[in-house]
Amino acid sequence: MAEATSTQRLQLVEDWSADVAVFKGVPWGKAMMWIFLLSDTFIFTSFLTGYMTVRMTTAEPWPNPSEVFALDAFGVPVPLLLIAIMTFILISSSGTMAMAVNMGYRRKRKAAAVLMIVTAIFGASFVGMQMFEWTKLIVDEGVRPWSNPMGASQFGACFFMITGFHGLHVSAGVVYLAIVATRVWRGRYEEKGYDIVEITGLYWHFVDLVWVFIFAFFYLW
Amino acid sequence: MADTGQQHPISIYFWIWGLLFVFSAASYMVDYAGFQGYLRWSLIIIFMMLKAGFIVAIFMHMRWERVALITAIMLPPGALLVLVSLMAWESDYTWMTRIVYLGGEIAPEPLPPPSH
Repeated sequence: MAEATSTQRLQLVEDWSADVAVFKGVPWGKAMMWIFLLSDTFIFTSFLTGYMTVRMTTAEPWPNPSEVFALDAFGVPVPLLLIAIMTFILISSSGTMAMAVNMGYRRKRKAAAVLMIVTAIFGASFVGMQMFEWTKLIVDEGVRPWSNPMGASQFGACFFMITGFHGLHVSAGVVYLAIVATRVWRGRYEEKGYDIVEITGLYWHFVDLVWVFIFAFFYLW
Repeated sequence: MADTGQQHPISIYFWIWGLLFVFSAASYMVDYAGFQGYLRWSLIIIFMMLKAGFIVAIFMHMRWERVALITAIMLPPGALLVLVSLMAWESDYTWMTRIVYLGGEIAPEPLPPPSH
């Protein structure tokens, strides 16, 4: 990210050619989490590319997400209302997660655990809203993975696949956060150090990151 | 044991948190205001890239990592850009074929009447 200077280029070559662990000063768990997230990036991008392909190739009109995902607020339809709320909730959860990482390294383990639980609660409420959204779409609007009354039949397949896989990631993240938060609270990492909070945070921020792309490409496009 | 991890002033996280709220609100306003066409698409992409960049650089601490880790994680997704461009290129052709042969917005050319 930082501008590459000649020393940094030299450091890059030295790190890779030193015949020892490449990622110096990086705990192995963190390096492994990054590599896992890289693989997850490929999975989500493949889904989004598949969605792009069917949307570009269909001869039927694509349902307008702005109307499909509108919600009535005090009798007025507001476009993407629930999706906007979900977006802000996920961003806030990323904020509390970043605070938890900070508190962990400051050795305020109870504060870190509480912030992780707050993050998990934000995540759980996100999944709850997603369930509401799915129910509305399936029961009220009649959207199915193979058809829908609004237009191109691939809409449902893309929607359920992409948001479903993301929702699964959020749900897994909530469980992961709850487990690590409990251990942090009990003081299990007092000796090992609090890298684990940062590693859990990486996963959680990634879930938020994926939502940024889904929000842009599926809901706003 | 000393921690090897990332430690930065807490204020930077609050700043980014606020910025992400602003960018999200801005991208939502693109839809709310009903912008269309290239203006809509470019604004969506700009706000998306800003949000993604700040999350990865600050929240995920990529900005402060060693170059070896940055390159190992940030370069491979370049292959995905190739995939996206290939599929987009192919999609135009598929769409044209569907319009011509399956019917759609443009009616196919009718066959000439038999000459015998």
